[in-house]
Amino acid sequence: MDQLLQHGLNALMLGGTYALLGIGLTLIFGIMKVVNFTHGELYAFGAYMMYAVVMLLGANFFVALPLAIALGVALGAALELVLLRRLRGADIDTTMLVMIGAWIALQNAEQFAWTGVAKSIDSPFPAAPLVIGPVSVAWNRVFVFFVAIALIALTYALINHTKLGRAMRATFQDRETAALMGVQIGTIHTITFALGSGLAAAAGALLGPVFVAYPSMGDLAAAKAFAIVILGGLGSVPGATVGGFILALVEELGAGYISSGYRDAMGFLLIIVILLFRPTGLFARKERIG
Amino acid sequence: MKAALTLLLLAVLATLPFWLDNAYLLHVVIITGIFIIAAMSLNLLLGFAGQLSLGHVAFFGIGAYASSLAALGFKLTTPFDVTVAPNPVWLSMLAGMLAAGLAGWFIGRLAFKVRGAYFVIVSISFAEVMRLVAVNWLELTQGPMALNNIPPLELFGHAFWKKPENYWLVLAVAVFSYILIRRLVHSRAGRAMIALAENEALATSVGIDVTRYLVLAAVVSAAMAGAAGALYAHYVRIVDPDVFLFVYTVTMVIMVVTGGKGTLAGPVVGGLIFGLLPEGLRAMAIAPEMQWIAYGILMVLVVYFLPVGIVPALRRR
Repeated sequence: MDQLLQHGLNALMLGGTYALLGIGLTLIFGIMKVVNFTHGELYAFGAYMMYAVVMLLGANFFVALPLAIALGVALGAALELVLLRRLRGADIDTTMLVMIGAWIALQNAEQFAWTGVAKSIDSPFPAAPLVIGPVSVAWNRVFVFFVAIALIALTYALINHTKLGRAMRATFQDRETAALMGVQIGTIHTITFALGSGLAAAAGALLGPVFVAYPSMGDLAAAKAFAIVILGGLGSVPGATVGGFILALVEELGAGYISSGYRDAMGFLLIIVILLFRPTGLFARKERIG
Repeated sequence: MKAALTLLLLAVLATLPFWLDNAYLLHVVIITGIFIIAAMSLNLLLGFAGQLSLGHVAFFGIGAYASSLAALGFKLTTPFDVTVAPNPVWLSMLAGMLAAGLAGWFIGRLAFKVRGAYFVIVSISFAEVMRLVAVNWLELTQGPMALNNIPPLELFGHAFWKKPENYWLVLAVAVFSYILIRRLVHSRAGRAMIALAENEALATSVGIDVTRYLVLAAVVSAAMAGAAGALYAHYVRIVDPDVFLFVYTVTMVIMVVTGGKGTLAGPVVGGLIFGLLPEGLRAMAIAPEMQWIAYGILMVLVVYFLPVGIVPALRRR
C-alpha cells in the first residue's frame, strides 16, 4: 500500500510537467493544424539553456528559469515566422515533412553545440527528501510540480479570460470566420507557436536539473507529448492536462509493477490501445482529424 | 529510345562489380541498394496510397530480426516453451517477409481506422515499441548485445559470402521489386489506391473499398520492407535494436520525397542521392552532425522549392 502511495505521489509530481508538454503540443495542433515534431527539441532547448545560464554563466537558478522559458518562446516565434508562415493553408503532410526536417536539423545542432556528453545542472534544493508519513519526495520535484501547476493555471487564464485567448479560441473553432471578424490569423499563429514552444521549453528547464541534459532527450519527450495529446484528444487542452497525469501514473505503475525496462514503452502502448478502442481520445467530443 | 536507355542502365548496373574495384565503395552501393528497396516499399504507401507512414523502419527491422532468428534458431522458455531449429536462409527470409507482412496487416487494420496525424503517430509509436521490445526481450533478441554470426544466404549449395554476389542479389531483388510495384500500380488495385490518395470521398462514392485497398498496400509495402531488412541482416550478418531507429525511417522518407513520391523512379533517384551523398560528405571530412543538419535543411528546402520531387520536375521540362 505504501508502495502504491509512493508511486501515486511520484506520478503526481511528474504529471505536472507532462501536462505542460501536452498542452503546448495540443494548442499548436488545435489552432494551427500543425503536427509539431520540433516540440521535443524545444524541451531539450529549455534544458540546455538552463545549463548555459546556470553552469556556464553562473547565474542564479531562479533567474535562469524564466530566462530559459523566454528564450524558448523566442525560438518558437522564430521557427513559426521562418518555417511555417509561408506554409499556411498547405496540407498537413507538407507541414509535417517541414517540421521533421526542422527537428533533425535542431537536434543535430544541439549535439554539435553541446557534444553528446550529458550535462548535469546544479539545483539549489536540499538533497534530503521531504518525508510525509510513509512516502517521501525530493524537494526539487516539489518545486517542479508547483511551477508546472502555476504555468498551467496561467495558460488557462490566458486562453479563457483574455482577449487574445478569445481570438485563439475563435481561430481554433473556425479560421475563416475568425479572420472575417478581424482576428489577425498570422499573429495568432505566431503567438500560439511561441506559447506552445515556451511551455515545452519550461518543461525542459524544469526537468533538466532533475535529470540531465543530453542531445536526444527531446525524442522521448516528444513521444510522450504525442501520447498525452492522443490520450486527451488532439486539440483539447483539458484533455492534455488530464492526459499528462494519466501517462505519468501509467508509466510509474508500469515501471513499478511490470518492468522498468518497458517504462518508456508504456506511452506508446497506451497510444495504440486508445486508438484501438477510442480513436478520438478519452475526452474529445469533436470529430477526429483526417 | 526509352527501352534502349533502360537496357543500357541495367547493363551498367549488372557489370558494376567488374569495374568498381573498391570493396568499400561496393559496400556503400549494396547498402544504398537495400535502402532503395525499402524506399520503394515506402513509396507504395506514401506516394501511391497517400498515407504518410513514419514507422516504416518497423517493417524493415521485423524482417531483419525474424529472418535472423529463423536462420539462427532460438529457444524460449517464457511466456511458453518454444524451440525453433536453424532453418535454411532462403526459408528464413520468406519468414521475415511474412512476419513483416503480418505486422503491415495489423498496422493497416489498426491505423486506417484513424487517418492523418493520428496515423502518423500510430506508425511512429509502433516502430518505437518494436525497438523497445528488441532492447528488452533479451531471451529472444539478445537486446543490445545483438544477434551475431547470422549466416549468409545459401542457394544451390552456394553461400553468398562475397560482396559482388551480395550486390547482384540486392540488384535482383530491387529490379524484381520495381517490376512488382509497377505491375501493381498499373493494375485495378493500384488505380484504386491512387484514386483514394487523390480524393477519398469520390473514390468511396464510386464503390472503391477503402480499407481493403489500403490494407493491401500496407501488406505489400511491409513485406517488401521486410525483404530489404532480411537482405540487410544476412549481408552485414549482425542485427541490433538500432535497426528500428527513427532516423532510418526519416532517411527513407527523404529519399522518396526528394526523388518524387508517387513515381516509379522517384525512390531510386532519391535513394541514389541520399545513399551516396553521406560518403561524399564524409570524404570532405564533415562532422556527422553537420551532415544531418544538412539533411534536415535540405528536406525543408525540397518541400518549399521542389514539392513534387526531382523526377516529376525533370519530366515536366
